[in-house]
Amino acid sequence: MTTTTTTTTRRRSGDRVRWWTYALLILAAFTCLFPLYWMFVVATTDTATATRLPPEILPGGNFFRLAGLVFSTVPFVQSIINSLIVAGVIGAGQAVLCALAGFAFAKLRFRGRDVLLLVVVLTMTVPTQLAIVPQYMIVSWLNWTDTLQALIVPGLANAFGIFWMRQHISSAISDEILQAARIDGASTWQIFWRIVFPLVRPAAFVLGLLGFVTAWNDFLWPFVVLKSPEMYTVQIAIKALQNSFNIDLGLAMSGSFLATLPLLVLFAFVGRRMVAGIMDGAFKG
Amino acid sequence: MAPYAYIAPFFVIFAVFGLLPLLFTFYVALYDWNPIGDHLFIGLDNFARLLADARFWNAARNTLSIWLLSTVPQLLGALLLAHLLNHVRLRFALLFRMSMLVPYITSVAATAIVFSQMFDRDYGLLNWLLGLAGIGPIDFIQSVWGSHVLIAVMVTWRWFGYTTLLYLASLQAVPRGIYEAAAVDGAGNWRQFVHISLPSLRPVIVFTVVTSTIYGLQIFTEPLLISKGTQTCGPVRQCQTLTFFLYEQAFGQFRFGYGSAIGVALFVMVVVLAGINYFLSTRIRPERP
Repeated sequence: MTTTTTTTTRRRSGDRVRWWTYALLILAAFTCLFPLYWMFVVATTDTATATRLPPEILPGGNFFRLAGLVFSTVPFVQSIINSLIVAGVIGAGQAVLCALAGFAFAKLRFRGRDVLLLVVVLTMTVPTQLAIVPQYMIVSWLNWTDTLQALIVPGLANAFGIFWMRQHISSAISDEILQAARIDGASTWQIFWRIVFPLVRPAAFVLGLLGFVTAWNDFLWPFVVLKSPEMYTVQIAIKALQNSFNIDLGLAMSGSFLATLPLLVLFAFVGRRMVAGIMDGAFKG
Repeated sequence: MAPYAYIAPFFVIFAVFGLLPLLFTFYVALYDWNPIGDHLFIGLDNFARLLADARFWNAARNTLSIWLLSTVPQLLGALLLAHLLNHVRLRFALLFRMSMLVPYITSVAATAIVFSQMFDRDYGLLNWLLGLAGIGPIDFIQSVWGSHVLIAVMVTWRWFGYTTLLYLASLQAVPRGIYEAAAVDGAGNWRQFVHISLPSLRPVIVFTVVTSTIYGLQIFTEPLLISKGTQTCGPVRQCQTLTFFLYEQAFGQFRFGYGSAIGVALFVMVVVLAGINYFLSTRIRPERP
Protein backbone atom coordinates (compact mmCIF):
# COMPACT_ATOMS: atom_id res chain seq x y z
CA MET A 1 0.00 0.00 0.00
CA THR A 2 2.98 2.25 -0.30
CA THR A 3 3.67 3.30 -3.82
CA THR A 4 0.97 3.90 -6.36
CA THR A 5 -2.17 5.24 -4.79
CA THR A 6 -1.29 8.86 -4.31
CA THR A 7 1.28 9.58 -7.00
CA THR A 8 -0.08 12.41 -9.06
CA THR A 9 2.32 11.73 -11.91
CA ARG A 10 0.28 8.76 -13.02
CA ARG A 11 -3.05 10.47 -13.21
CA ARG A 12 -4.85 11.85 -16.19
CA SER A 13 -3.20 15.00 -17.52
CA GLY A 14 -4.11 18.20 -15.81
CA ASP A 15 -7.01 19.80 -17.61
CA ARG A 16 -9.27 21.82 -15.36
CA VAL A 17 -11.91 20.14 -13.27
CA ARG A 18 -15.38 21.09 -14.54
CA TRP A 19 -18.18 22.06 -12.19
CA TRP A 20 -20.29 19.09 -13.22
CA THR A 21 -17.54 16.75 -12.10
CA TYR A 22 -18.01 18.08 -8.59
CA ALA A 23 -21.77 18.06 -8.97
CA LEU A 24 -21.82 14.37 -9.90
CA LEU A 25 -19.33 13.41 -7.19
CA ILE A 26 -21.28 15.30 -4.54
CA LEU A 27 -24.45 13.58 -5.73
CA ALA A 28 -22.72 10.18 -5.42
CA ALA A 29 -21.41 11.01 -1.93
CA PHE A 30 -24.89 12.21 -0.91
CA THR A 31 -26.40 8.95 -2.19
CA CYS A 32 -23.93 6.97 -0.08
CA LEU A 33 -24.48 8.96 3.10
CA PHE A 34 -28.17 9.79 3.00
CA PRO A 35 -29.57 6.35 4.02
CA LEU A 36 -27.43 6.47 7.17
CA TYR A 37 -28.68 9.96 7.96
CA TRP A 38 -32.23 8.76 7.35
CA MET A 39 -31.64 5.81 9.68
CA PHE A 40 -30.71 8.31 12.37
CA VAL A 41 -33.73 10.53 11.65
CA VAL A 42 -36.22 7.66 12.02
CA ALA A 43 -34.28 6.33 15.02
CA THR A 44 -34.92 9.60 16.81
CA THR A 45 -38.62 10.08 16.09
CA ASP A 46 -41.59 8.30 17.62
CA THR A 47 -44.05 6.25 15.61
CA ALA A 48 -46.49 9.11 15.22
CA THR A 49 -43.83 11.26 13.56
CA ALA A 50 -42.43 8.42 11.50
CA THR A 51 -45.83 7.81 9.92
CA ARG A 52 -46.62 11.47 9.24
CA LEU A 53 -46.67 12.89 5.73
CA PRO A 54 -44.73 14.86 4.66
CA PRO A 55 -41.95 12.95 6.46
CA GLU A 56 -39.77 14.62 9.08
CA ILE A 57 -36.44 15.54 7.54
CA LEU A 58 -34.69 16.50 10.78
CA PRO A 59 -33.82 14.25 13.73
CA GLY A 60 -36.22 14.32 16.66
CA GLY A 61 -35.55 14.09 20.37
CA ASN A 62 -36.39 10.45 21.00
CA PHE A 63 -33.01 8.88 20.40
CA PHE A 64 -32.41 7.82 23.99
CA ARG A 65 -35.96 6.63 24.55
CA LEU A 66 -35.75 4.35 21.47
CA ALA A 67 -32.22 3.23 22.28
CA GLY A 68 -33.46 2.26 25.75
CA LEU A 69 -36.28 0.31 24.15
CA VAL A 70 -33.75 -1.51 21.95
CA PHE A 71 -31.73 -2.52 25.00
CA SER A 72 -34.80 -3.77 26.86
CA THR A 73 -36.35 -5.69 23.92
CA VAL A 74 -33.26 -7.76 23.07
CA PRO A 75 -29.97 -8.31 24.98
CA PHE A 76 -28.33 -5.71 22.77
CA VAL A 77 -25.26 -5.03 24.92
CA GLN A 78 -24.52 -8.75 24.96
CA SER A 79 -24.95 -8.94 21.18
CA ILE A 80 -22.49 -6.08 20.71
CA ILE A 81 -20.00 -7.89 22.93
CA ASN A 82 -20.58 -11.10 20.95
CA SER A 83 -20.02 -9.29 17.67
CA LEU A 84 -16.86 -7.64 19.00
CA ILE A 85 -15.48 -11.03 20.08
CA VAL A 86 -16.37 -12.78 16.83
CA ALA A 87 -15.24 -10.01 14.48
CA GLY A 88 -12.17 -9.17 16.59
CA VAL A 89 -10.86 -12.74 16.74
CA ILE A 90 -11.61 -13.31 13.06
CA GLY A 91 -9.92 -10.06 12.00
CA ALA A 92 -6.78 -10.61 14.08
CA GLY A 93 -6.70 -14.33 13.31
CA GLN A 94 -6.99 -13.81 9.57
CA ALA A 95 -4.22 -11.21 9.62
CA VAL A 96 -1.79 -13.60 11.34
CA LEU A 97 -2.82 -16.87 9.63
CA CYS A 98 -2.84 -15.32 6.16
CA ALA A 99 0.53 -13.66 6.75
CA LEU A 100 1.97 -17.03 7.86
CA ALA A 101 0.60 -18.93 4.87
CA GLY A 102 1.38 -16.07 2.48
CA PHE A 103 4.97 -16.08 3.74
CA ALA A 104 5.28 -19.83 3.17
CA PHE A 105 3.89 -19.57 -0.36
CA ALA A 106 6.05 -16.56 -1.21
CA LYS A 107 9.40 -17.44 0.34
CA LEU A 108 9.62 -21.07 1.42
CA ARG A 109 10.21 -24.09 -0.81
CA PHE A 110 8.31 -27.29 -0.23
CA ARG A 111 6.83 -30.13 -2.24
CA GLY A 112 3.38 -29.50 -3.63
CA ARG A 113 3.59 -25.74 -3.13
CA ASP A 114 2.24 -24.79 -6.54
CA VAL A 115 -0.58 -27.32 -6.38
CA LEU A 116 -1.60 -26.14 -2.91
CA LEU A 117 -1.50 -22.51 -4.04
CA LEU A 118 -3.75 -23.44 -6.94
CA VAL A 119 -6.17 -25.01 -4.44
CA VAL A 120 -6.18 -21.73 -2.49
CA VAL A 121 -6.92 -19.72 -5.63
CA LEU A 122 -9.69 -22.11 -6.71
CA THR A 123 -11.40 -21.93 -3.33
CA MET A 124 -11.70 -18.17 -3.77
CA THR A 125 -14.23 -18.72 -6.56
CA VAL A 126 -16.60 -21.14 -4.82
CA PRO A 127 -18.84 -19.56 -2.18
CA THR A 128 -18.87 -22.03 0.73
CA GLN A 129 -22.40 -20.88 1.52
CA LEU A 130 -23.84 -23.31 -1.01
CA ALA A 131 -22.66 -26.13 1.27
CA ILE A 132 -24.45 -24.64 4.25
CA VAL A 133 -26.47 -27.80 4.99
CA PRO A 134 -23.44 -30.07 5.63
CA GLN A 135 -21.69 -27.18 7.38
CA TYR A 136 -24.57 -27.04 9.79
CA MET A 137 -24.44 -30.84 10.22
CA ILE A 138 -20.70 -30.74 11.00
CA VAL A 139 -21.20 -27.95 13.52
CA SER A 140 -23.99 -29.95 15.21
CA TRP A 141 -21.80 -33.07 15.41
CA LEU A 142 -19.15 -30.93 17.11
CA ASN A 143 -21.87 -29.69 19.50
CA TRP A 144 -21.06 -26.16 18.42
CA THR A 145 -24.54 -24.95 17.53
CA ASP A 146 -25.50 -21.83 19.44
CA THR A 147 -21.86 -21.03 20.27
CA LEU A 148 -19.55 -18.29 19.10
CA GLN A 149 -16.79 -20.67 18.01
CA ALA A 150 -19.17 -21.95 15.33
CA LEU A 151 -18.82 -18.47 13.80
CA ILE A 152 -15.17 -17.84 14.64
CA VAL A 153 -13.37 -21.03 13.57
CA PRO A 154 -14.79 -21.35 10.03
CA GLY A 155 -14.33 -17.59 9.60
CA LEU A 156 -10.57 -17.81 10.14
CA ALA A 157 -9.89 -19.43 6.76
CA ASN A 158 -9.58 -16.77 4.10
CA ALA A 159 -8.17 -17.87 0.75
CA PHE A 160 -8.24 -14.36 -0.68
CA GLY A 161 -6.21 -13.14 2.30
CA ILE A 162 -3.48 -15.73 1.71
CA PHE A 163 -3.24 -14.75 -1.93
CA TRP A 164 -3.09 -11.07 -1.00
CA MET A 165 -0.42 -11.52 1.69
CA ARG A 166 1.62 -13.67 -0.67
CA GLN A 167 1.64 -10.85 -3.24
CA HIS A 168 2.70 -8.32 -0.62
CA ILE A 169 5.45 -10.49 0.84
CA SER A 170 6.81 -11.37 -2.62
CA SER A 171 7.13 -7.73 -3.60
CA ALA A 172 8.05 -6.15 -0.25
CA ILE A 173 10.81 -8.52 0.90
CA SER A 174 13.90 -9.47 -1.07
CA ASP A 175 15.42 -12.94 -0.84
CA GLU A 176 18.77 -11.34 0.02
CA ILE A 177 17.47 -10.02 3.36
CA LEU A 178 16.18 -13.46 4.27
CA GLN A 179 19.43 -15.13 3.27
CA ALA A 180 21.43 -12.64 5.32
CA ALA A 181 19.22 -13.37 8.34
CA ARG A 182 19.68 -17.11 7.83
CA ILE A 183 23.48 -16.74 7.71
CA ASP A 184 23.24 -14.87 11.00
CA GLY A 185 21.57 -17.96 12.42
CA ALA A 186 17.93 -16.88 12.54
CA SER A 187 15.33 -19.64 12.32
CA THR A 188 12.44 -19.42 9.86
CA TRP A 189 10.08 -18.68 12.73
CA GLN A 190 12.29 -15.81 13.94
CA ILE A 191 12.63 -14.50 10.38
CA PHE A 192 8.86 -14.39 10.07
CA TRP A 193 8.22 -12.51 13.32
CA ARG A 194 11.27 -10.21 13.33
CA ILE A 195 11.61 -9.34 9.64
CA VAL A 196 8.64 -10.36 7.51
CA PHE A 197 5.67 -9.50 9.71
CA PRO A 198 6.87 -6.02 10.72
CA LEU A 199 7.42 -5.17 7.04
CA VAL A 200 3.98 -6.28 5.88
CA ARG A 201 2.11 -5.16 8.98
CA PRO A 202 0.19 -2.38 7.11
CA ALA A 203 -1.13 -4.91 4.58
CA ALA A 204 -2.00 -7.40 7.33
CA PHE A 205 -3.77 -4.59 9.22
CA VAL A 206 -5.99 -3.76 6.25
CA LEU A 207 -6.71 -7.45 5.72
CA GLY A 208 -7.70 -7.77 9.38
CA LEU A 209 -9.95 -4.71 9.05
CA LEU A 210 -11.74 -6.16 6.04
CA GLY A 211 -12.12 -9.44 7.92
CA PHE A 212 -13.51 -7.58 10.93
CA VAL A 213 -16.06 -5.66 8.83
CA THR A 214 -17.17 -8.79 6.95
CA ALA A 215 -17.56 -10.79 10.17
CA TRP A 216 -19.41 -7.94 11.92
CA ASN A 217 -21.88 -7.74 9.04
CA ASP A 218 -22.28 -11.47 8.35
CA PHE A 219 -25.87 -12.65 8.47
CA LEU A 220 -26.86 -16.04 6.99
CA TRP A 221 -24.44 -18.27 8.91
CA PRO A 222 -25.07 -16.72 12.37
CA PHE A 223 -28.80 -16.74 11.54
CA VAL A 224 -28.66 -20.50 10.95
CA VAL A 225 -26.32 -21.42 13.82
CA LEU A 226 -27.40 -19.17 16.71
CA LYS A 227 -30.58 -19.98 18.64
CA SER A 228 -30.68 -18.21 21.98
CA PRO A 229 -30.84 -14.40 22.29
CA GLU A 230 -27.76 -14.25 24.58
CA MET A 231 -25.70 -15.65 21.71
CA TYR A 232 -26.97 -13.26 19.02
CA THR A 233 -24.59 -11.08 17.07
CA VAL A 234 -25.83 -7.53 16.42
CA GLN A 235 -27.13 -8.39 12.95
CA ILE A 236 -29.34 -11.16 14.33
CA ALA A 237 -30.42 -8.83 17.13
CA ILE A 238 -31.61 -6.32 14.51
CA LYS A 239 -33.61 -9.08 12.85
CA ALA A 240 -35.16 -9.93 16.24
CA LEU A 241 -36.10 -6.26 16.71
CA GLN A 242 -37.83 -6.28 13.34
CA ASN A 243 -39.79 -9.38 14.41
CA SER A 244 -40.73 -8.06 17.83
CA PHE A 245 -44.34 -7.22 18.48
CA ASN A 246 -43.46 -3.70 19.47
CA ILE A 247 -45.07 -1.50 16.84
CA ASP A 248 -42.57 1.31 17.15
CA LEU A 249 -41.25 1.83 13.62
CA GLY A 250 -38.18 3.51 14.94
CA LEU A 251 -37.12 0.47 16.94
CA ALA A 252 -35.51 -1.57 14.16
CA MET A 253 -33.99 1.62 12.76
CA SER A 254 -32.59 2.52 16.14
CA GLY A 255 -31.08 -0.96 16.44
CA SER A 256 -29.64 -0.69 12.94
CA PHE A 257 -28.12 2.66 13.75
CA LEU A 258 -26.60 1.39 16.99
CA ALA A 259 -25.21 -1.67 15.15
CA THR A 260 -23.64 0.52 12.46
CA LEU A 261 -22.25 3.20 14.78
CA PRO A 262 -19.19 1.22 16.00
CA LEU A 263 -18.12 0.60 12.40
CA LEU A 264 -18.63 4.27 11.48
CA VAL A 265 -16.40 5.32 14.38
CA LEU A 266 -13.79 2.76 13.34
CA PHE A 267 -14.06 3.94 9.75
CA ALA A 268 -13.46 7.56 10.74
CA PHE A 269 -10.06 6.50 12.06
CA VAL A 270 -8.97 3.89 9.54
CA GLY A 271 -11.11 4.64 6.47
CA ARG A 272 -8.17 6.22 4.71
CA ARG A 273 -6.13 3.05 5.10
CA MET A 274 -9.07 0.90 3.99
CA VAL A 275 -9.44 2.95 0.81
CA ALA A 276 -5.71 2.64 0.11
CA GLY A 277 -5.76 -1.08 0.91
CA ILE A 278 -8.70 -1.86 -1.37
CA MET A 279 -7.15 0.13 -4.20
CA ASP A 280 -3.80 -1.51 -3.65
CA GLY A 281 -5.29 -5.00 -3.73
CA ALA A 282 -7.00 -4.21 -7.01
CA PHE A 283 -5.90 -5.23 -10.46
CA LYS A 284 -3.27 -2.95 -11.88
CA GLY A 285 -3.44 -2.46 -15.67
CA MET B 1 8.46 -30.25 7.75
CA ALA B 2 8.38 -26.63 8.87
CA PRO B 3 6.85 -24.98 5.78
CA TYR B 4 3.71 -27.10 6.08
CA ALA B 5 3.13 -25.83 9.60
CA TYR B 6 2.72 -22.31 8.20
CA ILE B 7 -0.06 -23.27 5.83
CA ALA B 8 -1.62 -25.97 8.01
CA PRO B 9 -4.10 -23.74 9.91
CA PHE B 10 -5.76 -22.61 6.69
CA PHE B 11 -5.87 -26.05 5.13
CA VAL B 12 -7.17 -27.78 8.26
CA ILE B 13 -9.98 -25.24 8.72
CA PHE B 14 -10.71 -25.23 5.02
CA ALA B 15 -10.81 -29.05 4.90
CA VAL B 16 -13.25 -29.31 7.81
CA PHE B 17 -15.54 -26.35 7.10
CA GLY B 18 -15.08 -25.83 3.35
CA LEU B 19 -14.06 -28.88 1.36
CA LEU B 20 -15.73 -31.58 3.44
CA PRO B 21 -19.14 -29.84 3.45
CA LEU B 22 -18.82 -29.23 -0.29
CA LEU B 23 -18.22 -32.93 -0.99
CA PHE B 24 -20.84 -33.92 1.54
CA THR B 25 -23.39 -31.72 -0.26
CA PHE B 26 -23.21 -34.07 -3.26
CA TYR B 27 -23.74 -37.05 -0.94
CA VAL B 28 -26.66 -35.63 1.06
CA ALA B 29 -28.30 -34.53 -2.19
CA LEU B 30 -28.81 -38.23 -3.03
CA TYR B 31 -30.92 -38.77 0.08
CA ASP B 32 -34.31 -37.89 1.43
CA TRP B 33 -32.59 -36.58 4.55
CA ASN B 34 -34.58 -35.45 7.56
CA PRO B 35 -32.30 -33.96 10.23
CA ILE B 36 -34.24 -35.59 13.08
CA GLY B 37 -35.61 -38.58 11.21
CA ASP B 38 -34.75 -41.03 8.47
CA HIS B 39 -32.13 -40.88 5.75
CA LEU B 40 -33.45 -42.65 2.69
CA PHE B 41 -31.30 -43.14 -0.41
CA ILE B 42 -33.25 -41.95 -3.43
CA GLY B 43 -30.53 -41.55 -6.08
CA LEU B 44 -31.10 -38.63 -8.40
CA ASP B 45 -34.75 -38.09 -7.44
CA ASN B 46 -34.00 -34.78 -5.75
CA PHE B 47 -32.53 -33.44 -8.98
CA ALA B 48 -35.44 -34.70 -11.05
CA ARG B 49 -37.83 -33.01 -8.64
CA LEU B 50 -35.76 -29.85 -8.67
CA LEU B 51 -35.84 -29.55 -12.45
CA ALA B 52 -39.62 -30.01 -12.39
CA ASP B 53 -40.11 -27.60 -9.48
CA ALA B 54 -41.69 -24.31 -10.54
CA ARG B 55 -40.42 -22.73 -7.27
CA PHE B 56 -36.84 -23.47 -8.31
CA TRP B 57 -37.26 -21.83 -11.70
CA ASN B 58 -39.03 -18.92 -10.07
CA ALA B 59 -36.09 -18.46 -7.69
CA ALA B 60 -33.62 -18.75 -10.59
CA ARG B 61 -35.59 -16.14 -12.57
CA ASN B 62 -35.70 -13.78 -9.58
CA THR B 63 -31.97 -14.18 -8.98
CA LEU B 64 -31.17 -13.44 -12.63
CA SER B 65 -33.49 -10.45 -12.72
CA ILE B 66 -32.06 -8.95 -9.51
CA TRP B 67 -28.53 -9.59 -10.78
CA LEU B 68 -29.19 -7.78 -14.07
CA LEU B 69 -30.93 -4.87 -12.35
CA SER B 70 -28.07 -4.43 -9.91
CA THR B 71 -24.97 -5.21 -11.96
CA VAL B 72 -25.58 -3.08 -15.04
CA PRO B 73 -26.19 0.27 -13.27
CA GLN B 74 -23.51 -0.52 -10.69
CA LEU B 75 -20.75 -1.11 -13.23
CA LEU B 76 -21.74 1.79 -15.51
CA GLY B 77 -21.95 4.16 -12.54
CA ALA B 78 -18.60 2.95 -11.22
CA LEU B 79 -16.99 3.51 -14.64
CA LEU B 80 -18.24 7.09 -14.75
CA LEU B 81 -17.28 7.86 -11.15
CA ALA B 82 -13.82 6.29 -11.47
CA HIS B 83 -13.24 8.41 -14.57
CA LEU B 84 -14.29 11.55 -12.65
CA LEU B 85 -12.18 10.69 -9.61
CA ASN B 86 -9.11 10.03 -11.74
CA HIS B 87 -8.31 13.70 -12.13
CA VAL B 88 -5.05 15.37 -11.16
CA ARG B 89 -6.52 18.52 -9.72
CA LEU B 90 -9.60 17.13 -8.03
CA ARG B 91 -10.11 18.56 -4.55
CA PHE B 92 -11.43 16.59 -1.59
CA ALA B 93 -10.49 13.40 -3.47
CA LEU B 94 -10.00 11.38 -0.28
CA LEU B 95 -13.31 12.59 1.14
CA PHE B 96 -15.16 11.45 -1.99
CA ARG B 97 -13.42 8.08 -1.94
CA MET B 98 -14.12 7.51 1.74
CA SER B 99 -17.79 8.43 1.50
CA MET B 100 -18.20 5.91 -1.31
CA LEU B 101 -16.98 3.16 0.98
CA VAL B 102 -19.53 3.92 3.71
CA PRO B 103 -22.23 1.65 2.19
CA TYR B 104 -19.72 -1.20 2.12
CA ILE B 105 -19.16 -1.03 5.89
CA THR B 106 -22.91 -0.81 6.57
CA SER B 107 -24.37 -4.26 7.19
CA VAL B 108 -26.80 -5.78 4.71
CA ALA B 109 -29.32 -6.18 7.55
CA ALA B 110 -29.21 -2.47 8.48
CA THR B 111 -29.31 -1.55 4.78
CA ALA B 112 -32.39 -3.70 4.21
CA ILE B 113 -34.20 -2.16 7.16
CA VAL B 114 -33.54 1.46 6.19
CA PHE B 115 -34.27 0.91 2.48
CA SER B 116 -37.52 -0.92 3.11
CA GLN B 117 -38.59 2.05 5.23
CA MET B 118 -37.59 4.56 2.53
CA PHE B 119 -39.42 2.49 -0.10
CA ASP B 120 -42.47 1.79 2.07
CA ARG B 121 -45.81 2.05 0.30
CA ASP B 122 -47.59 4.18 2.88
CA TYR B 123 -44.97 6.16 4.78
CA GLY B 124 -41.85 5.88 2.62
CA LEU B 125 -39.84 8.89 1.56
CA LEU B 126 -39.71 7.80 -2.06
CA ASN B 127 -43.44 7.25 -2.48
CA TRP B 128 -44.05 10.60 -0.83
CA LEU B 129 -41.78 12.27 -3.44
CA LEU B 130 -43.40 10.29 -6.25
CA GLY B 131 -46.78 11.34 -4.87
CA LEU B 132 -45.78 15.01 -5.19
CA ALA B 133 -45.11 14.29 -8.86
CA GLY B 134 -48.52 12.62 -9.13
CA ILE B 135 -47.17 9.06 -9.40
CA GLY B 136 -47.85 6.02 -7.28
CA PRO B 137 -47.91 4.87 -4.61
CA ILE B 138 -45.79 1.93 -5.73
CA ASP B 139 -45.77 -1.16 -3.54
CA PHE B 140 -42.08 -2.04 -3.70
CA ILE B 141 -42.29 -4.95 -1.30
CA GLN B 142 -45.38 -6.86 -2.41
CA SER B 143 -44.98 -6.59 -6.19
CA VAL B 144 -42.61 -8.68 -8.33
CA TRP B 145 -40.85 -5.86 -10.14
CA GLY B 146 -40.99 -3.55 -7.17
CA SER B 147 -39.25 -6.03 -4.88
CA HIS B 148 -36.62 -6.81 -7.52
CA VAL B 149 -35.92 -3.11 -8.02
CA LEU B 150 -35.73 -2.54 -4.25
CA ILE B 151 -33.24 -5.38 -3.74
CA ALA B 152 -31.22 -4.27 -6.78
CA VAL B 153 -31.08 -0.72 -5.40
CA MET B 154 -29.71 -2.05 -2.11
CA VAL B 155 -27.10 -4.22 -3.82
CA THR B 156 -26.06 -1.36 -6.11
CA TRP B 157 -25.86 1.09 -3.22
CA ARG B 158 -23.66 -1.30 -1.28
CA TRP B 159 -21.17 -2.12 -4.03
CA PHE B 160 -20.86 0.75 -6.52
CA GLY B 161 -18.35 2.66 -4.40
CA TYR B 162 -16.17 -0.40 -3.83
CA THR B 163 -16.23 -1.14 -7.58
CA THR B 164 -15.39 2.51 -8.30
CA LEU B 165 -12.24 2.21 -6.17
CA LEU B 166 -11.18 -0.96 -8.02
CA TYR B 167 -11.65 0.79 -11.38
CA LEU B 168 -9.89 3.91 -10.15
CA ALA B 169 -6.86 1.86 -9.08
CA SER B 170 -6.67 0.35 -12.56
CA LEU B 171 -7.00 3.76 -14.21
CA GLN B 172 -4.19 5.17 -12.10
CA ALA B 173 -1.87 2.43 -13.35
CA VAL B 174 -2.15 3.81 -16.90
CA PRO B 175 0.93 5.98 -17.57
CA ARG B 176 0.04 9.64 -17.89
CA GLY B 177 2.19 9.96 -21.02
CA ILE B 178 -0.33 7.95 -23.03
CA TYR B 179 -3.07 10.47 -22.28
CA GLU B 180 -0.75 13.37 -23.06
CA ALA B 181 0.22 11.85 -26.39
CA ALA B 182 -3.45 11.33 -27.20
CA ALA B 183 -4.23 14.93 -26.23
CA VAL B 184 -1.45 16.16 -28.53
CA ASP B 185 -2.99 14.12 -31.32
CA GLY B 186 -6.27 15.94 -30.68
CA ALA B 187 -8.21 13.26 -28.82
CA GLY B 188 -10.78 14.83 -26.49
CA ASN B 189 -11.99 13.67 -23.13
CA TRP B 190 -14.49 11.15 -24.49
CA ARG B 191 -12.10 9.61 -27.02
CA GLN B 192 -9.40 9.33 -24.35
CA PHE B 193 -11.90 7.50 -22.18
CA VAL B 194 -13.01 5.09 -24.93
CA HIS B 195 -9.62 4.37 -26.46
CA ILE B 196 -7.30 4.48 -23.44
CA SER B 197 -9.22 4.10 -20.18
CA LEU B 198 -11.72 1.48 -21.28
CA PRO B 199 -9.24 -1.03 -22.81
CA SER B 200 -6.99 -0.84 -19.74
CA LEU B 201 -10.00 -1.54 -17.52
CA ARG B 202 -11.10 -4.70 -19.33
CA PRO B 203 -9.50 -7.24 -16.93
CA VAL B 204 -10.92 -5.55 -13.85
CA ILE B 205 -14.34 -5.21 -15.51
CA VAL B 206 -14.40 -8.97 -16.19
CA PHE B 207 -13.33 -9.54 -12.58
CA THR B 208 -16.09 -7.35 -11.15
CA VAL B 209 -18.74 -8.91 -13.40
CA VAL B 210 -17.76 -12.36 -12.12
CA THR B 211 -17.60 -11.35 -8.46
CA SER B 212 -20.94 -9.55 -8.71
CA THR B 213 -22.45 -12.66 -10.28
CA ILE B 214 -21.18 -14.90 -7.50
CA TYR B 215 -22.44 -12.35 -4.97
CA GLY B 216 -25.76 -12.29 -6.83
CA LEU B 217 -26.15 -16.06 -6.40
CA GLN B 218 -25.73 -15.61 -2.63
CA ILE B 219 -28.32 -12.87 -2.09
CA PHE B 220 -30.39 -13.83 0.93
CA THR B 221 -30.48 -11.20 3.67
CA GLU B 222 -32.11 -8.45 1.59
CA PRO B 223 -35.19 -10.47 0.54
CA LEU B 224 -35.51 -12.03 4.02
CA LEU B 225 -35.59 -8.65 5.76
CA ILE B 226 -37.73 -6.69 3.31
CA SER B 227 -40.39 -9.39 3.55
CA LYS B 228 -40.13 -9.23 7.37
CA GLY B 229 -38.98 -12.79 7.81
CA THR B 230 -41.48 -14.81 5.80
CA GLN B 231 -40.01 -18.10 4.58
CA THR B 232 -41.13 -17.53 1.01
CA CYS B 233 -40.49 -13.82 0.55
CA GLY B 234 -44.09 -12.85 0.05
CA PRO B 235 -47.25 -14.72 -0.92
CA VAL B 236 -46.20 -15.44 -4.52
CA ARG B 237 -42.47 -15.89 -3.77
CA GLN B 238 -41.94 -12.67 -5.69
CA CYS B 239 -38.46 -12.00 -4.29
CA GLN B 240 -37.29 -15.47 -3.29
CA THR B 241 -33.73 -15.96 -4.54
CA LEU B 242 -31.91 -19.28 -5.02
CA THR B 243 -30.06 -19.08 -1.71
CA PHE B 244 -33.31 -18.11 0.00
CA PHE B 245 -35.02 -21.16 -1.58
CA LEU B 246 -32.16 -23.34 -0.28
CA TYR B 247 -32.61 -21.86 3.19
CA GLU B 248 -36.40 -22.36 3.12
CA GLN B 249 -36.16 -26.01 2.06
CA ALA B 250 -33.28 -26.97 4.37
CA PHE B 251 -33.95 -24.97 7.53
CA GLY B 252 -37.63 -24.05 7.16
CA GLN B 253 -38.95 -27.39 5.81
CA PHE B 254 -36.11 -29.57 7.18
CA ARG B 255 -35.46 -31.17 3.80
CA PHE B 256 -31.68 -31.42 4.02
CA GLY B 257 -31.45 -33.63 0.90
CA TYR B 258 -33.48 -31.30 -1.27
CA GLY B 259 -31.65 -28.27 0.11
CA SER B 260 -28.33 -29.91 -0.77
CA ALA B 261 -29.56 -30.55 -4.30
CA ILE B 262 -30.17 -26.79 -4.61
CA GLY B 263 -26.62 -26.32 -3.32
CA VAL B 264 -25.32 -28.61 -6.06
CA ALA B 265 -27.26 -26.59 -8.64
CA LEU B 266 -25.60 -23.42 -7.31
CA PHE B 267 -22.21 -25.13 -7.49
CA VAL B 268 -22.77 -26.01 -11.16
CA MET B 269 -23.68 -22.39 -11.89
CA VAL B 270 -20.51 -21.11 -10.15
CA VAL B 271 -18.31 -23.56 -12.08
CA VAL B 272 -19.87 -22.53 -15.40
CA LEU B 273 -19.39 -18.84 -14.53
CA ALA B 274 -15.77 -19.42 -13.47
CA GLY B 275 -15.20 -21.22 -16.77
CA ILE B 276 -16.62 -18.29 -18.72
CA ASN B 277 -14.42 -15.96 -16.67
CA TYR B 278 -11.32 -18.01 -17.45
CA PHE B 279 -12.21 -18.08 -21.14
CA LEU B 280 -12.81 -14.33 -21.27
CA SER B 281 -9.72 -13.34 -19.30
CA THR B 282 -7.38 -15.48 -21.38
CA ARG B 283 -8.95 -14.10 -24.53
CA ILE B 284 -8.68 -10.52 -23.36
CA ARG B 285 -5.17 -10.41 -21.98
CA PRO B 286 -3.28 -10.16 -25.33
CA GLU B 287 -5.32 -7.11 -26.32
CA ARG B 288 -4.17 -5.06 -23.36
CA PRO B 289 -2.15 -1.96 -24.35
